[in-house]
Amino acid sequence: MGPYPPDADRMVMHIEFVALVKQVPRTGEVEVDPETGNLVREGVAAQTNPYDLHALEAALALRDRLGGTVTALSMGPPQAEDTLREAFWMGADRGILLSDAAFAGADTLATAYTLARALRDIPHDLVLAGMQTTDGDTAQVGPGVAEFLHIAHASYVLRIEEADRREVCAVVDAGDRVQRVALALPALLTVTREVNQPRLPSFRRRLATRDRPIETWCREDLAPPEGEEAYFGLEGSPTWVEEIFPPPGNPERETWRGRPGELTDRLLAQLEEWKYL
Amino acid sequence: MTPVPYETVTDACLRALEDIVGPENLVPRDRLPEEYSHDEMAPVCGWAEVAVFPATTGEVARIMALAHAHRIPVTTRGAGTGLMGGAAPVAGGILLVTGRMDRILEVDEANMVARVQPGVVLLTFQEAMEERGFLYAPDPGEKSATIGGNVMTNAGGMRAVKYGVTRDHVRGMEVVTADGSVLCLGGKVAKNASGYNLMHLMIGSEGTLGIVTEITVRLLPLPEVLTTLLVPFARAEDAVALVPVLGKAGIIPQALEFFRRDVLESSTDYLGREFPHGDAPAYLMLRMEASSPAEMDRLIDRTGHICLDGGAEDVLIADTPERQKALWDARGAFLEALGWTDIDECDVVVPRDRMAEMMAYADRVAEECGLTFSSFGHAGDGNMHINILRGDLPDGTWERRRDAAMERIYQKTAALGGMVSGEHGIGYSKRAYLRAHTDPVELELMRRIKDGFDPRGILNPEKIL
Repeated sequence: MGPYPPDADRMVMHIEFVALVKQVPRTGEVEVDPETGNLVREGVAAQTNPYDLHALEAALALRDRLGGTVTALSMGPPQAEDTLREAFWMGADRGILLSDAAFAGADTLATAYTLARALRDIPHDLVLAGMQTTDGDTAQVGPGVAEFLHIAHASYVLRIEEADRREVCAVVDAGDRVQRVALALPALLTVTREVNQPRLPSFRRRLATRDRPIETWCREDLAPPEGEEAYFGLEGSPTWVEEIFPPPGNPERETWRGRPGELTDRLLAQLEEWKYL
Repeated sequence: MTPVPYETVTDACLRALEDIVGPENLVPRDRLPEEYSHDEMAPVCGWAEVAVFPATTGEVARIMALAHAHRIPVTTRGAGTGLMGGAAPVAGGILLVTGRMDRILEVDEANMVARVQPGVVLLTFQEAMEERGFLYAPDPGEKSATIGGNVMTNAGGMRAVKYGVTRDHVRGMEVVTADGSVLCLGGKVAKNASGYNLMHLMIGSEGTLGIVTEITVRLLPLPEVLTTLLVPFARAEDAVALVPVLGKAGIIPQALEFFRRDVLESSTDYLGREFPHGDAPAYLMLRMEASSPAEMDRLIDRTGHICLDGGAEDVLIADTPERQKALWDARGAFLEALGWTDIDECDVVVPRDRMAEMMAYADRVAEECGLTFSSFGHAGDGNMHINILRGDLPDGTWERRRDAAMERIYQKTAALGGMVSGEHGIGYSKRAYLRAHTDPVELELMRRIKDGFDPRGILNPEKIL
């Protein structure tokens, strides 16, 4: 990722980074109410979507190297402030929460619209998002935001190779191949877990940002143009969820007991029978 | 202990053993895989004449009666993950493997105890208890070890700072004695003042006093909230010096580990992963538990300030399962990353407040002996693992320098009021150091205890004493 510490030329750069972050139920605690088919959120510990931490880390690392600011942007109920607070503890400069009853029940389209609407009022050269969330798993919001903003975007980024004031080069997991792409800024990337190892929240930053405000924007602040008033929340969501159910577990399990030599022979024979070997 | 000439395993004995365990659960020497000749301390090596895999206490009792009558050595082996050669059958004879005795017999929720067979694997047991909402607190790094092995070596581990070692969690056991008698020691009771506590003699006896065939262990409620704090320091001395300060402030984490950057780097390289913070010379890592998120928040606040006041660069907060896993995976791979073939290890323990002194001394010894050490420690217990790396030292030079360094480390340990082994035991490898640094009267009492339990000297010969 270039020299460190950054050379003098680069220090004068000022790039506006925005990381999209979402609060989700803590991993392993996602439960579906069998009656209503909705995700159970009450009483479940929350955390920042793990993929978004990689997006935030990418933004922070680029800012630390190139110069600029990082804004963490989230949409959710008031308690999603915790996620922005945590972004401060990791090093974000600014935190904005889009929170309004009118945003509730948004599907990926309405969510992307709302975030894009807010981004019109937030300076952004490079927007970074996790490739998907662990609660919804749709992977649609990031690209949706970019489409609403009419900016270049790439999904499933494995590595960010180079960035400057004008463009960003990234390596993308395109399923059956790996692609190297260059995007003119402003642009949006959604990142995989491979892109980096997120830093941990810092107690020092927690003390230093204790009084830093989190800006809360409501529907009025987003000032939708005429004809787009109904693009928010449930009203703006064309998606109908017919049923949500937990994936069936795989209860089939076999335990073999015996001595190591016999067990390895048996395992080998079984793997051959299944044509894995 | 009087040296006795052992008998070999005759064809008649083999047939008798076959009758006891069944032909499919007996492996004679010529078909015995190499791994059964040693534990993870591979240089200590010995071949049994036969390995048996009993499934019941009755079978173990009959094997011991036979061995006793014919004066055949018996070495018990769990998963073979010991580090001191304790499970190596150096005197030949019978290798008794507990692997088939791997059932969790009972979970008594009212008394908060579980009854297990000795061959139950630690990780399997921990996970099974967690599923039921219980914590089995002993947490040695080697999760593929067996509970029986843990008990017989009094294994320690990460959570010892708060919860103590394996000994503190054993309530009762069933033991087969050297002559094949079956003995029940302790039980489900929470206290016991009934005569000499033979159960505690058995714990940590490394198979030299009896063979444990059933264990009753204590269970605890699972803590509600866990958070790990990673505390980077510019100076290693500051890190170590902070440990007693935290204790005095009443901050008792589950685990309190110390390590330096070199050990961390070799571990993350080995795992092929990035560490969430990699540029401090030394770290403390604390796993804290609390009964609610609010309580955890206050605890982090208090601990954080104490650490910063003590010279920490920062205090990094790993609050989610993913974040904690990244840290503890790296810690868990310290030993493996060093590679077993080229190292020797001192597992010394000193009073907690003398650890800084011990560490500085170890650094000096390494330099003066021309060796590379890789040290880390359970800082909260004053237990250090000083690993002496061979590097490319030639035969002869390596042994000479290593032995000289070890001797100095053990002498210093004794001078600081410490002990030869904190948690890995004595086994075969550290006998000379135990002899050299233990009061002769204490050693003599240990010998008499051994004679009392095992008059014919057949239980794991040449170990500990």
